[in-house]
Amino acid sequence: MSAKMEVARMGEPPKLLVQGLSKVFGGGRDGLQPVEAIASLDLTVNTGEFVTVIGPSGSGKSTLFNIIAGIEQPTSGVIAIDGDSSAQRAGKAGYMLQQPLLLPWRSVEENVMLGLDVRRVPRRQALGQARELLKRFGLAEFARHYPSTLSGGMRQRVALLRTVLFNHSFLLLDEPFGALDALTRLSLQMWLLDLWQSFHSSVLFITHDVREAILLSDRIYVLSARPARVLRVVDVDLPRPRRPEQLALEQAVTLEQELIALLLKEQKL
Amino acid sequence: MTLTLRRLAGFGPAFVLAVALLAFWEIYVRAGLISPIYLPAPTAIVQALFSNWDVISVNTMQTLLETVIGMVAATVLGLALAIMLGISLWLRRAIYPLLIISQTIPIIALAPLLLLWMGYDLEPKVLVVALYCFFPVAVACADGLSGADPELIKLMQSMKASRWQILWLVRLPGAMPSFFSGLRIAATYSVTGAIFGEYVGGIQGLGIYMQSVFNSRVIVLLFAAIVVTAVLSLLLFGLVSLIERIALPWYHGAVART
Repeated sequence: MSAKMEVARMGEPPKLLVQGLSKVFGGGRDGLQPVEAIASLDLTVNTGEFVTVIGPSGSGKSTLFNIIAGIEQPTSGVIAIDGDSSAQRAGKAGYMLQQPLLLPWRSVEENVMLGLDVRRVPRRQALGQARELLKRFGLAEFARHYPSTLSGGMRQRVALLRTVLFNHSFLLLDEPFGALDALTRLSLQMWLLDLWQSFHSSVLFITHDVREAILLSDRIYVLSARPARVLRVVDVDLPRPRRPEQLALEQAVTLEQELIALLLKEQKL
Repeated sequence: MTLTLRRLAGFGPAFVLAVALLAFWEIYVRAGLISPIYLPAPTAIVQALFSNWDVISVNTMQTLLETVIGMVAATVLGLALAIMLGISLWLRRAIYPLLIISQTIPIIALAPLLLLWMGYDLEPKVLVVALYCFFPVAVACADGLSGADPELIKLMQSMKASRWQILWLVRLPGAMPSFFSGLRIAATYSVTGAIFGEYVGGIQGLGIYMQSVFNSRVIVLLFAAIVVTAVLSLLLFGLVSLIERIALPWYHGAVART
């Protein structure tokens, strides 16, 4: 465990604390058979940590993120962001959903500043911040382009910068690289780590990809099939900054085998 | 440039067919198969149009004025209704059926009533145009508003956007292509609407002109007025398409914002 985390534990509250979270859909008035999506889930993200949630498809990971982002409310349990456990969580995290969801009528820079528009930051100032961010992360030449002209990888980068500009302190990233080819994916993973380190963000990340989880994370939560429970919590003790070749180290390979075996057991046909 | 040429080439078949039909018409009349008093030849129509342009142009301007004011009113009304339909399920349930019923009222019965209530001036014609045109605008725009990607709405909610911000930043801009489709349909109806309004009663305008030349059996001028009506409708359609191209460059394949 890193020194940074120890400090966080003694002083300020964790970035995100989830305790005994459960979510049941249906039942009650609408007469549907209730479906339990999440069952008594505990999870912590300390300040500056990169934490990954991994689990079989349909295990309620996206539901978990919707709840943390304040779009849905839990059936029971506590969610505290920066120690504040009020139900008004919207706006406290930068949430990136699976698709890039760029607005086709806005240029790249205008898409990046969307969150500032929502916060009613004056346009000139918001545009300035968006341009600076695009420049800093190598996308300045595309600033005035429309999203329809960009490749899949570029769209994801723009969506990530939009998320960061809205709230860089806490990022919720739901399988952001799921639809990309292997090489683009690797380049975006490195780019994300760069972004994370320069903003000292706290990140909660969803993926299906065990190698991606190992490459990026400080800690991995392995979830069960529906209803989602935490099967295991694993610390990834690889040195930072991470390099793709570290995945070939013995401890990484062992961890990968272990996680795959665990997930295979949970995966339903 | 090549794109413009290819675009023009796309109109080729329609152009050839139109010329062929007009030629057939011309020959048919000139061969004496029908009296030119009942069906004047195309060349005679064009000639009559130019030699009577002073009178026709005055009536055209009147009709154009009614059409444009009516279209503007229809656009504002259509947009307002679409927003009301789009923001609340309850308003939708309340307004939508009434909107449909409004379209089942025959304008032919309503127009004389409007005349009775509002006089022979501009207002009843403008109102007839607006009644003709607001419906396609409202329906197309409301469909566009409710067609927003639910994931995008979720993203906005995670940013703590208010209902109005979601409408203004996401739903309304996303509905603009649908809105313009509705507006183009409305533009093609609009001139006919104004002429109908005049026909029922008025002092000036293409509708009045058509009535008076028909009553004196100058059929060639009736045809001239029909030509003007068609040209006017096409021009309005073209104008709406032009505004759309300028307003929504992203929808028409623009690469970057200028």
